[in-house]
Amino acid sequence: MTGMKYIDEFRDKDLVNRVRRQIEKNATGTYTFMEVCGGHTAAIRRFGIPSLIPSSISLISGPGCPVCVTGTEYIDRLCASSLMENVIITVFGDLMRIPGTRGVSLKKMKQDGADVRIIFSSLDALDIARRDTDKTVIFAAIGFETTAPGTAVTILQAYKEKIDNFLVLSAHKIMPPAMETILRQGTGINGFICPGHVSVITGSEAFGFIPENYGTACVITGFEPSDILLSVLMLIEQVNSGKPSVRNAYGRAVTSKGNLIAQRAMEEVFRIHDAEWRGLGIIPASGLSPAGKYERFDASVVIPVSVNPSSETNGCICGEILRGLKKPPECKLFSGACTPENPVGACMVSDEGACNAWYKYGEMYG
Amino acid sequence: MDEFITMDHGAGGRRTQELIKSLFAASFGMEMPLTDSSVQGFFDGSLAFTTDSYVVDPIFFPGGDIGKMAVCGTVNDLAVSGADPKFLSVSFIIEEGFKLNLLEKIVISMACEAQNAGVRIVTGDTKVVEKGKCDGIFITTSGTGVIKSDRTDTGKGINVRTGDWLIVNGSLGNHSIAVLGSRKGLSFTTTVESDCTSLNHLIENVFQSGARVSFMRDLTRGGLAGVLNELVEMTGKSIVVDEASVPVDEPVRGACEMLGFDPLYLANEGKLLIVAPEYDAEMIINTLRSHPAGSNAAVIGEVVSGTTPNVVALTVTGGKRILDVPSGLQLPRIC
Amino acid sequence: MCLSIPVQILSIEGDMAEVSAGGTIFRAGPQMIGNVSPGDYVLLHAGFAIQKISEEEAEETLRILREIGESS
Repeated sequence: MTGMKYIDEFRDKDLVNRVRRQIEKNATGTYTFMEVCGGHTAAIRRFGIPSLIPSSISLISGPGCPVCVTGTEYIDRLCASSLMENVIITVFGDLMRIPGTRGVSLKKMKQDGADVRIIFSSLDALDIARRDTDKTVIFAAIGFETTAPGTAVTILQAYKEKIDNFLVLSAHKIMPPAMETILRQGTGINGFICPGHVSVITGSEAFGFIPENYGTACVITGFEPSDILLSVLMLIEQVNSGKPSVRNAYGRAVTSKGNLIAQRAMEEVFRIHDAEWRGLGIIPASGLSPAGKYERFDASVVIPVSVNPSSETNGCICGEILRGLKKPPECKLFSGACTPENPVGACMVSDEGACNAWYKYGEMYG
Repeated sequence: MDEFITMDHGAGGRRTQELIKSLFAASFGMEMPLTDSSVQGFFDGSLAFTTDSYVVDPIFFPGGDIGKMAVCGTVNDLAVSGADPKFLSVSFIIEEGFKLNLLEKIVISMACEAQNAGVRIVTGDTKVVEKGKCDGIFITTSGTGVIKSDRTDTGKGINVRTGDWLIVNGSLGNHSIAVLGSRKGLSFTTTVESDCTSLNHLIENVFQSGARVSFMRDLTRGGLAGVLNELVEMTGKSIVVDEASVPVDEPVRGACEMLGFDPLYLANEGKLLIVAPEYDAEMIINTLRSHPAGSNAAVIGEVVSGTTPNVVALTVTGGKRILDVPSGLQLPRIC
Repeated sequence: MCLSIPVQILSIEGDMAEVSAGGTIFRAGPQMIGNVSPGDYVLLHAGFAIQKISEEEAEETLRILREIGESS
């Protein structure tokens, strides 16, 4: 086995142990670090990172799971749209099981005969629209800055080809405003493990305001175990020295300015507006939707559906968990009314949600 | 000959008889005239009996097809229970309009696999349903075999002891990735082939080697993690899996990394778990490796005692994570 | 967020690239990356190549990792 390049070298056990030993040496206080990236949540769980670091370091999950922070209203809209004649709903796999109001879900709609298809890319959705010209294809565009440029590129392509049966229902959001919201609420977080792939697009400079205005440490890192441990070590160094900054430990993919082509595509196609984040409320200037000459690709404009506004169930404390104020076992619904099979709140819903991870791996977190 | 299956083929009349005689009976070597039940000889020992239905999409994929799966799956269920598989029945539910040449391909594939496995398909049934009432073709196979007295506990878990080692006969996840990769509309292709194969000869070799076997089960839906959780439930013991030792072919790894799958949870059609005392593990590994269906066999974990019975995986970097019971279909993820 | 892994470019034709993840081949839209050639590694996410991976920077990170604990 030759090994997978840029993956296996960063999983090397010796390197991992090296960083572990140094973390043990340097962790002289107690630390709370928040990651805001579903990929990091998954990697931390997958490699058993909490079992590799001292218990004085607490790793908590913030609102980094785009599926988790998408409100029930979005699912309701997609389900309602799926009932329309000649409409094909195309979604990423994660969305299928997410419950909307009263337990409706895309999976159930599909079981009842709606044309709901799982795809890997907005390009796949556009392909379906090209082939099936008498149907309207709606692409469920969720994701942060990592995914939004792809949607923008696809819309630009649809515009160029004058495709008129392709629509996007956007729930795209951008990360830095959510991080700022969390900081404003004063949460005792010593540092952020910054989202690795969002940073690829935005560039490391996008997070400069965090150490500057809030004195919180930041490290951008990748998704392999040595990457994550390295970020923990670097965050400890920043906290110990009292010199917070944005350190880029993912240089192989992240630059200071980011991916300019991707940024330009987003600027061309989208406008920024206020958006509701499940559990966090409305965050100003945090959502993206097609604008100007691309507004004709916005499903909410072209074929609006009316649904009830989102509401959270009594007892659900996802908001506090997403802000790192409480831990999942502190929620009354946790593991009783709210389980991965029957999720109530955002954090239980996706494999990358904090409650989901805790439910499955809590023992390992100590 | 007809090009498509029609409702007539399932009606029990002349068309049905022609289909049975010229395709099924001829391919499976059934003796004519067919009777309502197949009567076989007298056998000494316990009787194992199993059934399973096959609804795979697409019906043809690299390394196999729905027919081959239907034979292997039932043969393997019998073999991992300690039985010597002998006779299979096959039931077809076919959608009106299904291409006859595809049915022929499937039947020939079944006949070949039955021959490889040394089993006979001795009885069957065919129904045709209206267009839209089923997805092309569904196949159900039932099978029976004889279990020698010293093998009757093979699938029960009662002989599993703390300290026993866990062995698999090869790389995991190939079947799932091969099937997924050949579905239309998904943007990936792969050279991975399904591992679909009958395991009864391999298993017989293991028994013949004289090694003690505490437990066996095939790793189909739910994958390795599913079976390990079943084992924990049956025995009340805990299990530790060493992830670095679990064989996974690189293209399967690549597909899993990209799609967000965990190879430990993917379905296989030619893999089994053997639990055995440590002192016999080497013999079992050698026996497995000298057969094509076991060339990549490996020890992957151990049965341990613990306060809470669970399945723990040691990650490649020495961390720990719990392998939970599989919950629902693993869907391809993006984020 | 973001399932995205380093994959190797096998070929680029017009607005579609073929990339390999350990031998499993995916399609990737190359619209967001500048000049890349077959053999280069890129990050694949949701059907798009979003960045070329820098070999030098990867080596640099590995160097940092290997030297941890050596000067202290």
